[in-house]
Amino acid sequence: MPYGPHTEDDRTRMLAALGIDSVDALFEDIPAAVRARGLDLPPPEPELTLAARLEALAARNRVDLASFLGAGVYRHYIPAAVDQVLSRGEFYTAYTPYQPEISQGTLQTIYEYQSLLAELTGLEVVSASHYDGATATAEAALMTVRATRRERVLVSRAVHRQYLETTRTYFGGGHLALEELPTTPDGLTDLAALEQALADPGRPVAGVVVGQPNAFGLLEPMAEVARLAHAADALFVAVVEPVSLAVLAPPGEYGADIAVGEGQPLGIAPQYGGPYLGLLAATEALVRQVPGRLVGRTTDLDGRRAYVMTLRAREQDIRREKAASNICTNQALCALAATVYLATLGPHGLRDVAALGAARARELETALAAAGAPRLHSAPYLNEFAVRVPDAERIHRELLRHGVLAGLPLARWYPEDPALREALLVCATEVTTPAQIERFATALRAVLA
Amino acid sequence: MDVPDGLRYTDDHEWLRLEGEEGIVGITAYAADQLGDVVFVELPAVGANLQERQAFGVIESVKAVSDLYAPLAGEVVAVNEALASKPELVNDDPYGEGWMLRLRLADGGGAGSLKDAAAYRALIENG
Amino acid sequence: MTEGAVARRPLEELAAERHEAEAPRRPGHPRLAVGAALQPTLAELSRAGRGEGKIPHPPADALEAIPLEHRRRAPAALPELNEPEVVRHFVNLSHLNYAVDTGFYPLGSCTMKFNPKLNEWAARLPGFARLHPLAPDETAQGTLELLFELQQLLAEISGMSAVSLQPAAGAHGELTGILMVRAYHESRGDTARSEVIVPDSSHGTNPATASMAGYRTITVRSNERGGVDLDALRAALGPQTAAVMLTNPSTLGLFEEGIVELLEAVHAEGALAYMDGANLNAVLGKFKPGAAGFDVMHFNTHKTFSTPHGGGGPGAGPVGAGERLAPFLPGPRVLRDEEGGFRLERPAERPTSIGRVRAYQGSVGVLVRAYAYILAHGGSGLVQVSEDAVLAANYLKSRLRGTYEIPYDRPCKHEFVATARPLKQVTGVRTLDVAKRLIDYGYHPPTIYFPLIVEECLLIEPTETEALETLDAFAEALLAIAEEAHSQPDVVRGAPHDAPVRRLDEATAARQPDLRWRALTGAETPCPQ
Repeated sequence: MPYGPHTEDDRTRMLAALGIDSVDALFEDIPAAVRARGLDLPPPEPELTLAARLEALAARNRVDLASFLGAGVYRHYIPAAVDQVLSRGEFYTAYTPYQPEISQGTLQTIYEYQSLLAELTGLEVVSASHYDGATATAEAALMTVRATRRERVLVSRAVHRQYLETTRTYFGGGHLALEELPTTPDGLTDLAALEQALADPGRPVAGVVVGQPNAFGLLEPMAEVARLAHAADALFVAVVEPVSLAVLAPPGEYGADIAVGEGQPLGIAPQYGGPYLGLLAATEALVRQVPGRLVGRTTDLDGRRAYVMTLRAREQDIRREKAASNICTNQALCALAATVYLATLGPHGLRDVAALGAARARELETALAAAGAPRLHSAPYLNEFAVRVPDAERIHRELLRHGVLAGLPLARWYPEDPALREALLVCATEVTTPAQIERFATALRAVLA
Repeated sequence: MDVPDGLRYTDDHEWLRLEGEEGIVGITAYAADQLGDVVFVELPAVGANLQERQAFGVIESVKAVSDLYAPLAGEVVAVNEALASKPELVNDDPYGEGWMLRLRLADGGGAGSLKDAAAYRALIENG
Repeated sequence: MTEGAVARRPLEELAAERHEAEAPRRPGHPRLAVGAALQPTLAELSRAGRGEGKIPHPPADALEAIPLEHRRRAPAALPELNEPEVVRHFVNLSHLNYAVDTGFYPLGSCTMKFNPKLNEWAARLPGFARLHPLAPDETAQGTLELLFELQQLLAEISGMSAVSLQPAAGAHGELTGILMVRAYHESRGDTARSEVIVPDSSHGTNPATASMAGYRTITVRSNERGGVDLDALRAALGPQTAAVMLTNPSTLGLFEEGIVELLEAVHAEGALAYMDGANLNAVLGKFKPGAAGFDVMHFNTHKTFSTPHGGGGPGAGPVGAGERLAPFLPGPRVLRDEEGGFRLERPAERPTSIGRVRAYQGSVGVLVRAYAYILAHGGSGLVQVSEDAVLAANYLKSRLRGTYEIPYDRPCKHEFVATARPLKQVTGVRTLDVAKRLIDYGYHPPTIYFPLIVEECLLIEPTETEALETLDAFAEALLAIAEEAHSQPDVVRGAPHDAPVRRLDEATAARQPDLRWRALTGAETPCPQ
């Protein structure tokens, strides 16, 4: 037993106290017909060889490539302080703060997270309970349904594909309708189609979901989307990227009722998909529709400032089948990472991260255009954009042989769209170097030749 | 536990005070005590038509939540707006300032099968 | 020494004994649960001009191409701090937390066992941590092999035929499983099933999940032995039943004695059986839900496989399915190709799948830890985990019997329910008070007031990683608190006395929610010094 403290003598003493000879007596309530006879698994592995096995597996992943892959998950510099704080056992080996008197560390951290994200999004109520950007988007779509008592949600085709697919799965349970809004040839949500979809009086719309930047990296006319949605008494959900909010207008300012997104860029490593942090922020009017844990500031019996989970009666453990969601998690450790990240960088550091990424992306655009891969769209972008290359899948594969991970072939997400068979979605961030950009451009010239 | 005479009661711990063809509805002191500190009361819109025993709202305390049921059928003619900002009125004064709805009763003022104070007292004493 | 004798010994004697045994304890207030002082907020610590030196400055024209209409007008009001202040702030906040690394945490239904440090190291290896979720398969072979093996390990442990690692948490696994149930029935044209049955002892996530998946919840009562009442279940079952969701062992810590008959009854009606794997830690190698006939289940990696609870998350909630439901598992799963390499399932490769339930593959960083945990134990070690967890729970129960009422007093699995109901009747001291008083003794309280079917209950789960000395000391604390309830009830009712804060005003927190810091409102509670 690698982590168990019991000696044989301890076990004997416990058995004696129970008046039994063998622990088998404690399992006799399992009917013989379904009692298992152990596990067909390898023998225990000592830490030394297990560590070597894990190191060998990790070494087989290729993380040394010049990577221009984003598509919802972004490589950023994570200040060393973030992991030092995250490694404190007092944080990562505690559980949900059910006993506030001995959980003020976790509770204040979540409150601080709520405060910082409220500043970034321009919205009042922030929940740290969501798994990732996709599930936060699905929960936001369900919020619009509950809040409006309508059953139809419109999602732009230029929202992250996997967020749309996840929302579709969440809607699989019944009578709700999820409709995709088309995009214009320039990659933006088609506002004329939105207006038309909102105009059907027989099928009123609960919510409109649009990304900023959208799945092609482009900046959408969010204020106009908000105006159209609100004119039809629908709620507006903005899918945002948090680092971009250092330089882009906050969702609360352009009229979003709910902002959701992937919190990974805020100090969380890519880890092949998670764990991540679903961002979810909403207006005060929607506070009782917000799924998951919320932490509030209050006082203790002596009048000292203290924090506690609040508005608990919305949650599954109290409201059961009438709960706003089945969510039980609060993604506290990931929220801690985001909070330490934001506190360490501050407003100017975060702006520098966003602006430097934008500058590198401009350099990348210039270099790729010169190498024969011009931009696919003309609308403004921040740090991610699509380029046109013939047979993008093949080019992508060949660039990999040159040590370049050339973003995402967009046909993987839009197999039905022939125009996107010639599109690669590429991004740059503050960790992208001029040398990597040069390597990409040089390799591209070689494979296009 | 205070169970005023002259009111009518449901098995779900609502009370009803008849005033002509209208009835005022709230929850009993016993229910408020069982819930503990009330933090939120969700009430229907004025004009809503309720059936007898139809759920008309939700009451939340710090650690519990309960549906609210109409004692009799009727149209909601007023709701206690004060509860939005002061839900504690339900604890402090359940039969007075903690009232919830004023209904125009559908059958013109009959008390139907509602319990009187003595019967309700017996209900809560027998658990 | 019998337990009764312990309970009758005078409090002062017990207190003195504890005082001797552990220096920081004071009589009546044996040990500080956590130390340190309350902390100001980041906003209060902020001073304009701090916080330089992390990121190179971008060129002045970096944002020139972004039209003004899309730009933020004023910088976000984030705090400005330097690194030493940030680190001290969070380290001091950490001191306000009780955690498994600082003490005994017998929170029932949560399996607060030790989190091995090797696993933390492994998940941070750059090869795992820096891998992008959309990285091509040929660049992700190490992680793909690990995930493929983990799918197989979990299939063996559960007796299920296939596993998806995608769900992000237990409740997320439940939603996945019930959506699979729906897809299965619909694939057979069996669309009239509208109900999910749960026992009255179930976790709140079960009925909440059923509602999210569009089902009506039917609750069936437990019998006098704490199991599902089979007659009530049979009466509730019918052609309208889609599934029965069951936690086994139950939230009372009891194995479902009628499991064979129960599963027969469910399947006879054409319904499916979902197992909530929250309590799998009790039955590793003793009971395989898939082999017993459950159709689908989720694992809570943070319970059974000791991935850190993280203050409430992140978790991972892999789902296992039997033959009938395996086609509906969410994708992508990890497959082995003909050449022995590993790859992700391709979109639309398995059209029966319910689709994805989140972006990308899953909480892979958590799954790396679960994998390391399973291999460190091996088959024999996992069986020992369950045997030790069950032995510890039964031993602790035996120490409390007589002072606390044990409502279902038969051999329990990894946790048990005790109630302070008799204590409340005599002294007025409630379970909440007992729990809060445990904080003064240096312990995290057990789960309280759950499951809902036992009044004034404590749900106690010691886990297999706590030493016998810890179990004994905890039992003595609970017995001493029962004494205190008689001798000085106000002390118990006023607890905790030794925590960083006393009981909180939860009513005001909910009536006037203050969910974010607002600078300069003029009505602040004073900044902690």
